[in-house]
Amino acid sequence: MKSGFVRELLGRSDYAIIGEIVEPQTKVLDLGCGEGELLEWLASNKGVDARGVEISGAKVQKAIARGVSVFQCDIDEGLADYPDQAFDYVILSQTLQETRHPRKVLREMLRVGRKAIVAFPNFGHWRMRMSMLFSGGAPRTSLFPYEWYESPNIHILTVRDFEALAALESLVVERRYFLAGHRKVEWQPNLTAEVAVFLVRRG
Amino acid sequence: MIVAANTVQFDSIALDNGTTLGQVEVAYETYGELNAAKTNAIMVLHAFSGDAHAAGISAETGKPGWWDNMIGPGKAFDTNKYFVICSNVLGGCRGTTGPSSLNPATGCPYAMSFPVITIGDMVRLQKMLVDSFGIPRLLSVSGGSMGGMQALEWAAAYPESVVSAIPVATTTRHSAQQIAFNEVGRQAIMADPDWAEGNYYDKQPPGRGLAVARMVGHITYMSDDSMREKFGRRLRGKENFSFGFDVDFEVESYLRYRGSQFVYRFDANSYLYITKAMDYFDLTNGHGTLAAALEKTQARFLVISFSSDWLYPSYQSQELVRALRSRNRDVAYVELQSNYGHDSFLVDVVEQTDLVRGFLASTFEKAQ
Repeated sequence: MKSGFVRELLGRSDYAIIGEIVEPQTKVLDLGCGEGELLEWLASNKGVDARGVEISGAKVQKAIARGVSVFQCDIDEGLADYPDQAFDYVILSQTLQETRHPRKVLREMLRVGRKAIVAFPNFGHWRMRMSMLFSGGAPRTSLFPYEWYESPNIHILTVRDFEALAALESLVVERRYFLAGHRKVEWQPNLTAEVAVFLVRRG
Repeated sequence: MIVAANTVQFDSIALDNGTTLGQVEVAYETYGELNAAKTNAIMVLHAFSGDAHAAGISAETGKPGWWDNMIGPGKAFDTNKYFVICSNVLGGCRGTTGPSSLNPATGCPYAMSFPVITIGDMVRLQKMLVDSFGIPRLLSVSGGSMGGMQALEWAAAYPESVVSAIPVATTTRHSAQQIAFNEVGRQAIMADPDWAEGNYYDKQPPGRGLAVARMVGHITYMSDDSMREKFGRRLRGKENFSFGFDVDFEVESYLRYRGSQFVYRFDANSYLYITKAMDYFDLTNGHGTLAAALEKTQARFLVISFSSDWLYPSYQSQELVRALRSRNRDVAYVELQSNYGHDSFLVDVVEQTDLVRGFLASTFEKAQ
């Protein structure tokens, strides 16, 4: 993978990567899709059949008003009803660390979808480590701005942790992207990447 | 927008109970213009006590339609873009054939000789109306409460004719609680001596029974919160209790007023027949499971429920959504926060408007 700049999509560089990964005319499910911006973009630019799940009613309303089919539901439970392999891609963008049962969510993603795209903030980034080392408190950076008692991030993970879980689940990592700001990085991603994006499937 | 009702007559309709009903009239209204390709038609379906007058100002009564805040130029169902049809249901008393209509065979009102009808029968008649316009596919079918049941029936019974469905504050089948409230209403009517086994059309109608039935209905349409807000324990035009059984409380006055007004616009026998149709409604009938019942649907769905609706609680909408998801149907769902109970779908329209407008626009675009 080459280092280089990533242009933002809808103000986010991980969306740009996801937009690059998703093949046209596929079926996509976005978990924790917020107001459906990414799905709307994928539907109009890649002709995908776009569906979403979101827990916040206010965000679901905005997504539906945009014309995206989103239903209000908790990700931890929301996938159970879907038949196997109903989607080409199941996207989980910056949400894995907020789920109660991340391993189960990952398994469910690969049950209902042929491939999973997981983007998450890397807790192993050097700034995080320095923050912890010098402050001695739960790290706070621009990526993890919350006080520990307010943070939605209940299952923080690093690039290495995700690779280990993928191996444990015998997943094939088809592609991996590491981002620092608007740059793709490859040297020591567990130290240098702020955000990682993985495309995985069952072996 | 001044609107006038139309009527169309059909020779006969086959009913779910195995019989055929001859010479059926349907009262309907339309809003907006049907486009040349006939791809912009939407059927709006009324709830239990509604009628064909969904929008605009009635040329006859001067009153606005029951979903006038949702249907019209620039509104959720934008009549600048779409052609909206609403008809009175079979069994009704607002222009479509029902128990108060004259039986052509006898020249007398059907009364209780009217066949027991179902939601499926109502929808079959609506399909005949839509066919008479030469419309092959409806862009959408939408309604709240009993209107939502009809929308679901449309999607299940005529999958090729429905591009999208918007069932609001509704269920795929009546629960014991819903049947129970309907039965209280029916018993109130039938316990009124004026009901006279349904043969009251040349006499005093069973106004007391019908009023009580309506009072129960109104309680189920509101919520504890909305009643506290609207009435609390406020007394009606007095400082102290009357120590009698006249109206003391505002809420009593409201219910009595609503009950007494209802008598002027609704037929007691229609109340019996339509509530029975709702009670019989069960989309799973003959299919085993709800998912199997929805197997043939092709429509895109927008399902809406309301947080304070205890008559058609959100769990019933969620059951529908789960079944649709298990068949990987295109379904959007949201529970809107509202204090108005079941009435929310008629009252709380700001958020509904955004949802329906966006959903219809994207559905229309995809369907072109």
